[in-house]
Amino acid sequence: MESTLRFIRGEIMGENTLNFRSTGIIGTEELRKLGLLPPEERLAKGPVAIVECPELIPCNICVDACHLKAITMEKIIDIPKVDWEKCIGCGTCVALCPGLAIFVVDLSKPDKALVTVPHEFLPAPKVSEEVWLLGRDGRRLGKGRVVRAWERNKTWVVTVEVPKELAMEVRAIWVEK
Amino acid sequence: MPCTRNLLSDRRIWSHPILTFKRGRKVKFFFEGREVEAYEGESIAAALYAIGVDIFSYSIKLKRPRGAFCMIGKCSSCFMKVDGIPNTRTCIEPVREGVKVERQKGLAEIPTNGGESDVEDEEVLETDVLVIGGGPAGLSAALATAKYGLKTVIVNEHFKLGGQLLKQTHKFFGSKDLFGGLRGFQIGEELSRKVMGNPNIKVLLQTVAYGIFRGGWVGLAGKNKLYRVKPKAVIVASGASENFLTFPGNDLPGVMGAGGAQTLMNEYGILPGDEVLTVGSGNVGLIVSYQLLQAGAKVKAIVEILPEIGGWFVHAAKVRRYGIPILTRHTLKAVWGRERVEGATIVQVDEKFRPIPGTEKDIECDLVLIAVGLTPDTRLFAQAGAVMRWVPEAGGPVPLRTRYLEVSIPGMYIAGDASGIEEATTAMLEGEIAGLSVVTKLAGPKAEVIERREKLLKFLWDEYRASPLMARAKAGKESVTVSEEEMEEIRKWNPPFVSFGVR
Repeated sequence: MESTLRFIRGEIMGENTLNFRSTGIIGTEELRKLGLLPPEERLAKGPVAIVECPELIPCNICVDACHLKAITMEKIIDIPKVDWEKCIGCGTCVALCPGLAIFVVDLSKPDKALVTVPHEFLPAPKVSEEVWLLGRDGRRLGKGRVVRAWERNKTWVVTVEVPKELAMEVRAIWVEK
Repeated sequence: MPCTRNLLSDRRIWSHPILTFKRGRKVKFFFEGREVEAYEGESIAAALYAIGVDIFSYSIKLKRPRGAFCMIGKCSSCFMKVDGIPNTRTCIEPVREGVKVERQKGLAEIPTNGGESDVEDEEVLETDVLVIGGGPAGLSAALATAKYGLKTVIVNEHFKLGGQLLKQTHKFFGSKDLFGGLRGFQIGEELSRKVMGNPNIKVLLQTVAYGIFRGGWVGLAGKNKLYRVKPKAVIVASGASENFLTFPGNDLPGVMGAGGAQTLMNEYGILPGDEVLTVGSGNVGLIVSYQLLQAGAKVKAIVEILPEIGGWFVHAAKVRRYGIPILTRHTLKAVWGRERVEGATIVQVDEKFRPIPGTEKDIECDLVLIAVGLTPDTRLFAQAGAVMRWVPEAGGPVPLRTRYLEVSIPGMYIAGDASGIEEATTAMLEGEIAGLSVVTKLAGPKAEVIERREKLLKFLWDEYRASPLMARAKAGKESVTVSEEEMEEIRKWNPPFVSFGVR
């Protein structure tokens, strides 16, 4: 009871669903509560999109971006709903999302996870080079190898190898000049 | 940090992840008698900033150094003497070969020789519709009126069309049919291209609508030419200006509007600073901070006086991922430096926004960006005597208007940020709605036009603005939107001094 009250009052950091409005960082718990996180079993099967878009933004670009119609919305201000079974983690929505809020996580490999992030900085990332892996707070969590990089309207979509335990932490890369 | 740069520095950005800067040919001009270089297509203010000029004038009374602030022709901070003409807004004055630019020290002298400012001609313009402002709202309005055969004139103070779309490098929210997913400058280019290719639209650049006169006349002043227009309808889409803040040192060069910095870096490819502190975490503060990082600057922090971030979470997440701290419950205490910002002191505030002594922190930086909201530019409505109301949620005094965007001056319409601060997508929607309203009024009600307008209105009010984060802006607009009958009643009590079109 006490913890529920503290949660409602926003005293438990990282658990209050609105905490991201004061930090600019969303936790996996918050994503799960909003229905934005695929179930573990789906994550283990292969690449899947994670839409970190928790607010009612009047925007439906991702819905049109998806050729498989895996992302749906009833009204333009709805939170995107991903059909995890339809999504193949192709990353098209990563390139097109105006909020740069979509990522692809692949936990199907035995040793490493693959995380796909949008990137709009110079220099352009190159396949097989090592880049910094950044957390949602910008912290450098280590280095990882780029396995795929492609560009659309100046947004790079970069897939990097990440230690499995960091698959839900790494959300950006930084390429050393 | 050098305070006065040597005019040999180059603050231009030569590589950028999003933009390719198409610079014109090199031109030589004179800054206080010294020959300097610029690229055609740059404004005088941008060209000067690029070579290291921080001080644009000295204040009237205390002769304090003053920098440029808004960069879009809305404030007076870049006033300089250009070819002998004082108080020239150098931020919207294109640089040209041989032009002589001088800083003003104190009150300007009245020009004695007219020189280039001589009025060569005066013309009476025949047009159905006059659109004032060439930004997203104005361009969308003109395209709507021109589509239905109405002769339309757009007047634009700037030497380029597109308004503030031109400096938006981020992709817009919205839906595909509303240009969603495109970057702002790409939308600006597309709208401008459509306007320039439309035979029903005439564009007057570097032209100011300076007043509304008895009998429904509007006065326009171009560079060397005056115009008188008696349109059947006027759509005013004059935009907004950035708000300023009070704090010690706020007049130091290097204290700039966030939008002003965005103009410099994204329209002209000039880095406004190396180390930046942003004040305000609304969408403008967040987006400009991200774009500064893209341009190669370091953003030290974004301070926000409220306990929550002002803008969309996704924009905040973008800057947080690259390590930019957003310090909520913090404000700016002072900015310091000799002739340019060298640093700022920030301080934590309590729940009543009072600074908490002992929590001050110094941040070294050469640029302090003010991103604390905008004020609608409604001066033409005030001058014309439109019934107005001060609405904090809209950003300032705005005219009452019908759902179809007609104000209490018959035949005068409003669209975009001038009607209350929102953003570019709503500006384009309002522009088209105002345009279609003019079509309905001048060409008679057509089913197709009414249907399109209703669709846009329904989408704007019931879907686009339905997000809780837009509740404030929506409430502001609601409070100044009246029914047609109410507007007739308002006109009874406040008889308009002037009207446009046949009534």
